Amino acid sequence: MERRRFLSKFMSIAASATVVSGFFKRAVARTDGYDPKGHYYGMGIQIDKCIGCGKCVEACKEENNVPKEPFFFRTWVERYVIKKDGETSVQNTDMRIERSNEVFTERDILRSFFVPKLCNQCDNPPCVQVCPVGATFKTEDGVILVDDERCVGCRYCIQACPYGARYLHPERETADKCTFCYHRITKGMLPACVEVCPSQARIFGDVKSSASPLGRFKRMNKLHVLKPSLNTEPKVSYSGLDGEVR
Amino acid sequence: MKMFLQKMPDALKRVLAVFVLVAAAAVLVRVVLPASLTDSRLHIKSTVEREMAHPVRYAGSEACADCHEEYKVKQGGYHKNLSCETCHGAAKEHSENPSELKPKLPRMREFCAGCHTYNPSRPSGFPQVNPAAHNPLKVCVECHNPHDPKPTRTPQECSACHAEIARTKELSPHAQLECTNCHTVPQEHKLAPRSVRAGIPSERSFCGKCHSKDSGRKEAPKVDFLTHGEKYLCWQCHYPHMPEVQ
Repeated sequence: MERRRFLSKFMSIAASATVVSGFFKRAVARTDGYDPKGHYYGMGIQIDKCIGCGKCVEACKEENNVPKEPFFFRTWVERYVIKKDGETSVQNTDMRIERSNEVFTERDILRSFFVPKLCNQCDNPPCVQVCPVGATFKTEDGVILVDDERCVGCRYCIQACPYGARYLHPERETADKCTFCYHRITKGMLPACVEVCPSQARIFGDVKSSASPLGRFKRMNKLHVLKPSLNTEPKVSYSGLDGEVR
Repeated sequence: MKMFLQKMPDALKRVLAVFVLVAAAAVLVRVVLPASLTDSRLHIKSTVEREMAHPVRYAGSEACADCHEEYKVKQGGYHKNLSCETCHGAAKEHSENPSELKPKLPRMREFCAGCHTYNPSRPSGFPQVNPAAHNPLKVCVECHNPHDPKPTRTPQECSACHAEIARTKELSPHAQLECTNCHTVPQEHKLAPRSVRAGIPSERSFCGKCHSKDSGRKEAPKVDFLTHGEKYLCWQCHYPHMPEVQ
């Protein structure tokens, strides 16, 4: 066989094989009625309204089977106390660890407030970048999820998250984090923490829609995000955020 | 076949070997490995489906409004923005099986205190009490309807707290006198009754205004203040709230 003829035949077969294999790629289609394309979720938090009752933490643990021990949180509330001598103290309100030096008399306090925290569902998530097995990813509707069947529990993402929003689930040994209660929001319900918040400190909605509580929150308040210098572009924004909040 | 291989140029044989290896790798990835490991879209889809299949525990207050009339009462009061499940706990199971699975009914003082205990970090204006000083032995629901809580109102009448004295006084010759006729009542006494006390007459001449020989009040029994019990204050012997002043 002539070399030229053989090569041309060989190339044509190889080319057609790639084309055919492309057709075999399984088409991914959604089976349920929910269309993630129409949504892009975010949350607003009003610091001035949080009373630090911890109902959100309780509800989150109940709704999402988060271990009850006070080391595992998908959402938590921090109490900031800025003293007159300029010292700032931060305490997780749910840790229930009374440290002798953490008792404040009202006279020492310059200002004090609660900051509810959760996964910021970053638009540019560092946790997704570092995952070596691609177990964590951003969905079309902007929520960062973890595939617990693929996660190998290496903890890179826990280290990478600048907000400390992830923890290693003690039973599954995989990374776990806030999903904005993905199973609820896709059914048109509110996340559990937003549902139970007694003072409406948390507002959930679509970041694009203007005629919604979140849209109104964004219009009426001066907003901040946590650690904006890291360019993670959080979708959780805060109003009334103090400069001391880290 | 042997002839064919011998005829084939050496370089082509090597290219063919590489091609066979590549093809084998492709087969391994496409056929042998499960699709969920190789196709990121599939693994994302399965994770999203698993997340969406999580059971919902918090039903949302719209579900409560269908059966419970208290919902309407709540909507008119200060707790209107509270979700029912903030206090009653996750109630999705109750909404599906209302007769058998009952939600929580918290009646302990500690429960209300979770939000309403004074804490300098809470936003100012939020109703807070010191549970140790605020009617310590009563449960909150005895005075405040949790579905329509009213802000604490300062008691306008002394009998609100001093009911026993008020009932005794009604039968005494002093029945017509207002409490404030003899007692000085600072405004703060109504707010902090134990730390700011009401005043009692500290001088004999106070009773003398009616009971001394030279007083203008004809109906009041008269005594000679110069000879009668000069060492003592009147109320150390005569209890003025008693029906028969001895």
